[in-house]
Amino acid sequence: MWIRFKRDRTGVISAFIVLIFFAIAAAAPLIAKAYGKNPYTVYADERPELFDSAGVPIQPNGGISGEFWFGLEPGNGYDVFTKLIYGIRTSLMISIAVTLAVVITGILLGVTAGYVGGKTDYSIGRVIDFLLAFPSQLFFIASMPVVVSLFVSPTDETPTYVRVVALIVVQWVLGWMSLARILRGTTLALREREFIEAAKVSGASPWRIIRREILPNVVTPLLVQSTYLLPNFVTIEAGLSFLGVGIVEPTPDWGQMFSKASTELVLQNDITYMFFPGVSMIIFVVAFNLLGDSVRDAFDPKSAR
Amino acid sequence: MLRFLFRRFLGAVVILFLLSIVTFLLFFGMPRDPALLMCGKTCNPASLANIHHVLGLDKSVPEQYGIFLHNLFFGSNQFAQGPCPAPCFGYSYHTNDQVWSTLLDRLPITVSLTLGGAVVFLIVGLGTGMIAAWKRGSLIDKMVTAASMVLSSMQIYFLGPLALAILVFQTHLFSKPAYTDFTSDPVAWFDGLLIPWVVLSTIFASQYTRMARSSMIEQLQEEHVRTARAKGMSRKYVFFRYAWRGSLIPIVTIFGIDLGSLLGGAIITEYTFGLPGLGHLAVDAVSFSDLPLLLGVMLFSATMILLFNIIVDACYAFIDPRVRLS
Repeated sequence: MWIRFKRDRTGVISAFIVLIFFAIAAAAPLIAKAYGKNPYTVYADERPELFDSAGVPIQPNGGISGEFWFGLEPGNGYDVFTKLIYGIRTSLMISIAVTLAVVITGILLGVTAGYVGGKTDYSIGRVIDFLLAFPSQLFFIASMPVVVSLFVSPTDETPTYVRVVALIVVQWVLGWMSLARILRGTTLALREREFIEAAKVSGASPWRIIRREILPNVVTPLLVQSTYLLPNFVTIEAGLSFLGVGIVEPTPDWGQMFSKASTELVLQNDITYMFFPGVSMIIFVVAFNLLGDSVRDAFDPKSAR
Repeated sequence: MLRFLFRRFLGAVVILFLLSIVTFLLFFGMPRDPALLMCGKTCNPASLANIHHVLGLDKSVPEQYGIFLHNLFFGSNQFAQGPCPAPCFGYSYHTNDQVWSTLLDRLPITVSLTLGGAVVFLIVGLGTGMIAAWKRGSLIDKMVTAASMVLSSMQIYFLGPLALAILVFQTHLFSKPAYTDFTSDPVAWFDGLLIPWVVLSTIFASQYTRMARSSMIEQLQEEHVRTARAKGMSRKYVFFRYAWRGSLIPIVTIFGIDLGSLLGGAIITEYTFGLPGLGHLAVDAVSFSDLPLLLGVMLFSATMILLFNIIVDACYAFIDPRVRLS
């Protein structure tokens, strides 16, 4: 499997790009320290000579210079480079947490439904059907304030970690169904195989069969599905922050940079700013999708592209 | 067929019923008191309690839900704003308009956006996908595949503002997207929606390109298609008559799902371009804690999704005679 993956040049390159993104996210504070800035400094106040009266950087191309590699944000004048790497950090942390939660839920419910069958299977199946009929984006927007209010009273300032937790919870609640359904199907097929029968006859407990016989066999669809799920969660999270219900200023976030980029101030003056979050997200999603395809091909050489 | 439809509709009604309960509970978990928003600056406990009473929020939650269901099916004359015939979602807390007529008011915007976008992305997506499959392995195929890969990773919240900035604000080639009623001025309708259509369909078309290409290639390797080719039928005939029909099922499936969810409100697209459709209405309903409006939009969107799921399943039988509905 590993050898097959290594032979796939697209897969290896995209794996590298994905790893670089993760490394940037993990090392964001270190990079920012080496670079000597942080994403919270309001340069519009500190260095007003860099901006014109409307708050747009004076220098061309969004104020890109040796000092500010990616320029300055119009309006508040945050440093775009540190803001972007910290934003990637926030978005990836949230998406990884959602993916983990979804994978665990998917395994628990999907494998249980497939293996136990009967009434359990039927009720889990109906819950999946019900949740799939939800207008998901609408539900995300409507439930964000509700979940936030579970942690803090409405009169207090909402701390960032509460928003992060709320984002994870709402995406998790409506994110696990497709994975659970796939795992249910796989388990259902596995249940009829001889080696499971053999384990049953030799007196293994259901728990042991699930743990030792079924789980190792669902790793493949699990891995393939998670490489498709993660970029999906990144874009959903960014969409929510874009609509203003996710992460809000001054916490840096990928999606929130887009909402900044769509203000008339940016659209009318200098659009350089919007390319940094935009292009980096395209690279990330493309690389991740290609990686997903390569992982699938490596596991299952029969499937044709 | 009739039995199938009946069963599916029954299932849909059950799901909608559950959804309305969830939305109701969700609303009562909301932190903001809608009465507080309406009460304004000169708010004292007495007037707050009065507003609660007028809105019916002083009753218990199950009781309120019962009233909601009753009004939905039989209408109501209890509202201070006037009569409300069935299907009655009540009056919006924020604008005091009847929710059902607000929904019908905003629907044409979402429908125009969706249908216009759908026509473009279906034609472009299927066209490029089929060309790629026809010329499999050629330079065109590789270009189409690469382009669709990148475009499908684009997000509306990046492409939308980018298109606005370049086409509207920097070069002034197009006017700012806005909705004009089709019946009053078709040209303005077309002009105002052109950019949203193009942006929406750029992202959607790439999915259809990939789907059409892969399912056409798969179909061309099917036994019956190869037999037809071996019998001496022209490549064109086999391509369009045999393979094309077989590749329709996956395309119809995602088209139905896309259409349903878009008709329920293309939230990010409408928000990006400032089009006041159903998606925009939903965001407003949440930000003003507007329960009747929220219930209305939620149920409407879910109805669209469920309706199109049923239509898709019913379509299978027409496309593929082997499919039995039961």
